[in-house]
Amino acid sequence: MTDWRPPLVLVGAWLGLLALLALTVTLAYVPLGAGNAVVSLAIGTIKAALVAAIFMELRHRGGLTLVFAGAGLFWLGILLWLGSMDFLTRT
Amino acid sequence: MWVFIATEVLLFGGLILAYFVYRHAFPQGFAEGSRHTEIVIGTANTAVLLTSSFLVAWAVEIFSPATTRIVTWLLVGAACLGLVFIALKGIEYSREYDEHLVPGIDFQFAGPLANGVQLFFIFYFIATAIHALHMLIGICLLVTLATICRRAPTTRHHTALHSAALYWHFVDVVWIFLFALIYLPGRSS
Repeated sequence: MTDWRPPLVLVGAWLGLLALLALTVTLAYVPLGAGNAVVSLAIGTIKAALVAAIFMELRHRGGLTLVFAGAGLFWLGILLWLGSMDFLTRT
Repeated sequence: MWVFIATEVLLFGGLILAYFVYRHAFPQGFAEGSRHTEIVIGTANTAVLLTSSFLVAWAVEIFSPATTRIVTWLLVGAACLGLVFIALKGIEYSREYDEHLVPGIDFQFAGPLANGVQLFFIFYFIATAIHALHMLIGICLLVTLATICRRAPTTRHHTALHSAALYWHFVDVVWIFLFALIYLPGRSS
């Protein structure tokens, strides 16, 4: 009767995500200047990667799924990169 | 499902690009606006959503004819957590309304940072409202699948549950970034 129990990796990911949430909220109150934004987005990215790899099971998926998931990120990268270029370089 | 998610990434990506552009133009106004958001509710909601994602991932993992009851309860639990999220969001919106922070309806903010704060709150309401709409769709999907899985779980339903779960986790990922962009900036100064 153990087949209903959640796999340890899921429990680990869940606890890890909650720990990262606590960490990011704590660090938001520590004055780091521009570092605050970097830290909050870096922790956000780690959390998103955990959700994608473990909850969304990307770690078990083959090349084709990874390509399609990566395509979303690729186009997002182009959107953010070219979109912000003008505003960041304006004098 | 991943193609659909990629299109959704670009929908929220456009919003986030707008956020970065205006944050770059009004850094202090955005930090000030962020300080006026309810970080306790925001953090609680993040924890609620992460837990609900965990329940859905658990349900997908153990899905079989022998575990129908537990899968159903896990999905119902996840949907209830979704409703908790929406309820907390409602409380948050009403508090912002009381503080006159709703652009277009009732926005009163004096001082040199008023323009930046207003832009911040325009982003805040558009992004969180679109996200809440996604949550409502996700809650309906989870409830529907809980009902179906209870009656006759087959492999076809497992596939459907798998797709709905991907959508639910994606909505969770969007919130992770919205949380970092809306609630955390400006807290240390």
